[in-house]
Amino acid sequence: MPAMSPIISVSGLSKTYASGFQALKTVDLEIRQGEIFALLGPNGAGKTTLISIICGLVNPSTGTVKADGHDIVTDYRAARAKIGLVPQELTTDAFETVRATVSFSRGLFGKRKDPDLVERVLKDLSLWDKRDTQIRRLSGGMKRRVMIAKALAHEPRILFLDEPTAGVDVELRQDMWQLVRRLRESGVTIILTTHYIEEAEEMADRVGVISKGEIILVEDKTELMRKLGRKQLTLSLQAPLAALPESLAGYDLILAAGGDEIVFTYDTKAERTGITALLQALGEAGIRFRDLNTSQSSLEDIFVSLVRGRS
Amino acid sequence: MTSVSDAPPAFNGRAIAAIYRFEMARTLRTPLQSVVSPVLSTSLYFVVFGAAIGSRMQEIDGIAYGAFIVPGLIMLTLLTQSIANASFAIYFPKFTGTIYELLSAPVAWWEVVLGYVGAAATKSVVLGLIILLTATFFVPLRIEHPFWMLLFLVLTAVTFSLFGVIIGIWADGFERLQVVPLLVVTPLAFLGGSFYSIDMLPPLWRTVALFNPVVYLISGFRWSFFGVADVGVGVSLGMTLAFLLVCIVATGWIFRTGYRLKN
Ligand SMILES: Nc1ncnc2c1ncn2[C@@H]1O[C@H](COP(=O)(O)OP(=O)(O)OP(=O)(O)O)[C@@H](O)[C@H]1O
Ligand SMILES: [Mg+2]
Repeated sequence: MPAMSPIISVSGLSKTYASGFQALKTVDLEIRQGEIFALLGPNGAGKTTLISIICGLVNPSTGTVKADGHDIVTDYRAARAKIGLVPQELTTDAFETVRATVSFSRGLFGKRKDPDLVERVLKDLSLWDKRDTQIRRLSGGMKRRVMIAKALAHEPRILFLDEPTAGVDVELRQDMWQLVRRLRESGVTIILTTHYIEEAEEMADRVGVISKGEIILVEDKTELMRKLGRKQLTLSLQAPLAALPESLAGYDLILAAGGDEIVFTYDTKAERTGITALLQALGEAGIRFRDLNTSQSSLEDIFVSLVRGRS
Repeated sequence: MTSVSDAPPAFNGRAIAAIYRFEMARTLRTPLQSVVSPVLSTSLYFVVFGAAIGSRMQEIDGIAYGAFIVPGLIMLTLLTQSIANASFAIYFPKFTGTIYELLSAPVAWWEVVLGYVGAAATKSVVLGLIILLTATFFVPLRIEHPFWMLLFLVLTAVTFSLFGVIIGIWADGFERLQVVPLLVVTPLAFLGGSFYSIDMLPPLWRTVALFNPVVYLISGFRWSFFGVADVGVGVSLGMTLAFLLVCIVATGWIFRTGYRLKN
């Protein structure tokens, strides 16, 4: 990806709630223009807190955020005009119609009335049939789409989706990802949080992992996938070993299952995996095995081990 | 996407209009609650106080009792309705969570307040005029200073809508939303001379009554009808403006600090 100036830059951001709980430690983060950035983290990690600060819902304790070069506090009008937010919780009006609530959002963001645009947004989200329905008569999934429509009504350049697919069926999830891709194609930067690692894997250009108020990893997804390219070869031994012999010191080996197994980690993308040499070395050391299998670590494994490693 | 203008306006008039329209639409959806019920309850006051009791009362300051209570009754409705409308309008988005959108929009606090206060005050003024019209069916009325009458009407509606905004932000439950109007405003309005002239009180109570800000509102408003007042009209106007100023400053402080709105 070519180097571009970040569309969002977060520096030294921390948040301590009135209760005294520190939800964000010191967060530094840059979001690139036009990318889909997935923020992954367990419950309570601080994802919503981070998004809420950037969008103006929560006051930061320290630090600054710039959106498209505009400080979110001192230059909030310019910053917020660029941002659309779909919050995690389903919160909509009840008695307004779908079309009225979407038009309201556009007005709130200072944009001229544009019925054609509202129509397009509603059609994109399969809400056009429901345009004159009161929101309270919609299903949960439809309400979520209404919230997305509201966030898109002012044509934001940056879109935050806080767990957009929580409680959403498979079909709607597919629709949503299609929409996200279309938006990205039109130049919108998208930041989403999710618990579904496959989603991040499928959709994101970059992935950030947050845990206990700290960003512990930000990586290109392809880079992450390369790391995922690491595989493990597990050898079940005929006789347990007390220790690995000296002759095997050059290999990335772990003695597991009380000496019954040897686990070898290797890179599938590397020129030589070293499997042949290892097997030969094992034979020379007189180690015999009765079974072997290979496994690939997923983003989920990496994620879990990262988060565990911190606790 | 089209028409992405880079610099947002320094003044978001469209947001004010959007909030105003949203609130007005909410009222029109519930005409029974918004218009019919206050008109009905005021009519009952006229029947009970004006016709039944009023026929046995002497005139006050040369004004028939039925007519005398009209300005006070309008004020009573104006106060309670302004507060109720504005406090509910600001509390409800907090309660449902839809306030997220207001907080994330490129609007200044005073623009949000202008939208809500504008709508709440409009409703109260219209309601006040409807009650005035209703009153003419029960009692003969004259308005000596129509301009001042409208001025007091609008100023009071705006002031108490602002007061309602403050209550709506302060409230963290429906009980708190009710408590100030019920325990503070309604008693002050009743004791503020809606149904009598404070000159009719014994001297001690008259002095106590002068600490009641509503006395000044009703007195000034009544003066605009009949040209007689408990206190000078200048004092009434001054007190109204002073209270308006206090509410503006308090609202400004609340929004600047994010008090009870942002964590
Ligand atoms: N208003 C608040 N007052 C005090 N603590 C809060 C408040 N809001 C959130 N927290 C705490 O801050 C931490 C981070 O919350 P946050 O909602 O940002 O997590 P999250 O990563 O979005 O979690 P989830 O995946 O469950 O949505 C949590 O421990 C939460 O309890
Ligand atoms: Mg969250």
